[in-house]
This record gives sequence, structure tokens and C-alpha cells, in this order.
Amino acid sequence: MISEWIVSILLLIGGAFILIGSIGLIKMPDFFMRLHGPTKATTLGMAGMLIAAMVFFSNTQDGVSVKELLISIFLLITAPISGYMLIKSAIHHKLKAKDGTKGLDNIEDD
Amino acid sequence: MRLESRFRWLPTPFRSALLFVVWLLLNNSVSAGHIVLAVIFAILIPLVSFPFREPQPLIIKPGLALKQLIIVMYDIITANMQVALLILGPVKKLRPAFVKVPIELSHAMPITILASTVSLTPGTVSAEVYPIPESLAEGEQPTQRYLLIHVLDLDDEQALIDTIKQRYEAPLKEIFQC
Amino acid sequence: MLETVFLIVFAMIGLSLLLNLWRLVVGPSVPDRILALDTMYINTIALIILYGMSMGTGLYFEAALLIAMLGFVSTVAVCKYLLRGDIIE
Repeated sequence: MISEWIVSILLLIGGAFILIGSIGLIKMPDFFMRLHGPTKATTLGMAGMLIAAMVFFSNTQDGVSVKELLISIFLLITAPISGYMLIKSAIHHKLKAKDGTKGLDNIEDD
Repeated sequence: MRLESRFRWLPTPFRSALLFVVWLLLNNSVSAGHIVLAVIFAILIPLVSFPFREPQPLIIKPGLALKQLIIVMYDIITANMQVALLILGPVKKLRPAFVKVPIELSHAMPITILASTVSLTPGTVSAEVYPIPESLAEGEQPTQRYLLIHVLDLDDEQALIDTIKQRYEAPLKEIFQC
Repeated sequence: MLETVFLIVFAMIGLSLLLNLWRLVVGPSVPDRILALDTMYINTIALIILYGMSMGTGLYFEAALLIAMLGFVSTVAVCKYLLRGDIIE
């Protein structure tokens, strides 16, 4: 019974974070700000959902199930790298940042 | 910075431990057969693949690395709350900015770890390391490196730079001793 | 109770997939579309895990792991192509 509550709460938190990440993808005015939602909120949302899956399968099937941790760790390691590649290609394509962005002269041309 | 391991038959101790754990996680069991197989893989795969790779700096202080991992995990959770609030709040109030952070780390691997931590923590995404290696002459060492980061909501530039340097860079310098 | 929660979270993830699809169609630039695809595959992993939980089977775990790996590699490959005009130099 308690485990059902834990699974429900973790699932709702995870789903909410995934939704917030996607809302950030829609709402923000320029590419560099859009990048923040998916790289952070979605990653934490996934971690929440996978921990929920871990608790759920440990309860319904016999034995402890920890292999869902693998996907969480994999996503935590790869999210910054894909974010880095994306922002690098955006700078390379000279995408316009929102008006009023400070420190634009810090970007060096390559 | 130490590139060579103390044992010749175990060139990369940390990666071997990781292989061992991942094999057990993939099979989702701790039976004797799987443990033996995991030990064999953890010793054989680094031995075979080590000559293909450039030597990477080894972790010299594992205890500090574990402590830093917990700090970063805690920061990821709090940072995500902040970013979620920023995203749900009004867009017009955000003050995005590009900031150049001077870094003292010298090897590519600690710099990668620092950039990844910065990407996962409060409102920042790392974008570039200056100077770009291709712009340097052959064998030339840059005097000072910079990390370019994009901040979602910049309040105080100097405070942000100090936080990154003290909270994330100083422990990395000590862990890898470089 | 768990069935209701599953339905709510299914709706949340479905909605975020639709939002991602909107960004994928509208653009306006190529990195934007790659970012939308990147977010879409992460949301798909969430959907698959959730479906496996609601069916009460752990069989879908391997599919989720494969999507995670292929998605990351394809994102990096497309970005590399944008940066260099070539994937393997």
C-alpha cells in the first residue's frame, strides 16, 4: 500500500517535470533559452519515472529490480553532451539570441 | 596528475569497477556465475581496449570524488526546481546572458566533467571552451582557458563565477591533482 | 488508485510529445528541430516505461535502453554533421 503511494507520487513528479521541460521548449523566445528546459527538467523527470518503475517492479515481481537505474545514469551522463553539441552547432550557425542578452561579445568566431 | 595505474594488469581501475557494476545491473542478478563473468569482463575488456585510447588522468582521491558526486546530485535536484519555476514564470522577467568563466584545469577530461556539471546545475548550459584547439599552433599551450556558459537568469556575474570556481572546480582540481 | 495515476501521467507525456511535435514542425532553425527530436526520444522512453508498468511486465526495458542509446548517438551525429558537413572525418 505504501509502495503504491510512493510509485504514484514519483510518477506524478516525473510526469510534471517532463511536461515542464516541453513547455519550456515551446514558451521561450530564442534557441539558447529553449535549451534549458529539455537538458534539465526532462532529465530529472526521467530519473523520477525510472525510480518509480524500480519500486513498482521490485514490488510486483519477485526479487529486487535495479536495472532501471542504468537508463537514469545513461541519460544523466549523455544529456549535457548532447546539449553541448546542440549549442555548439547553434553558435556555428550564428543563431540570433533574444534582444537584451548580455555578453554577446563573449562569443568568439571560429 | 597521474596517468599510469599502479597495477599493470588493471590499467583503469574505475572503468573496471563500472563495467563490473553495469554487467550485474544489466542481468539484474548477483548469482555466483554472473559475478565470475563480470570479474572476467572487468579485467579483460580494459586490458584489450587500453592501448587504443589516449591515457586519461586517474582519480587520486576517491573519497572526495564520492562526496562531490553527492553534492552535485543534490544541486541537480534543487537546480531543477529553480529552472522549473523560471520556465513557468513570466518570460519577460528573465535576463539571459553569456558569461566567460576562467578555468585553471589543464586536461581535457576534468574540463569535460566540469562542463557537464555546469550544464546540469542552476540555470546554466556550457557552450564552448576557449581558445579553440584548432586556432592554436602545433604543440602550443594556451596560457588561460575560458568556459563560455549561457545563463537563463543572470543576477550577479561575479557571484556566479565564484560559485562555479569554488563549488565545482576546486574539488575537481584536488580529485585529479592537476 | 494506480490506474488513475497511470492515466494522468499518460496524458501528461502525450501532451509533452504534442508540444515537441509543434516545435519540430514550426522550427524555425535546424538546431531547434534537432532539440525537439532529442526531447521527443526522451519522452518516448518515458512512455514505453510507463506502458510496461501499466501492463505489469518488465519486457519493455530493453527497448527503452536501446532507444536511449540510439537517440543519443543520432543527436550527436546530426549535430556533428551541422558543424562540419561530415560525420566521420
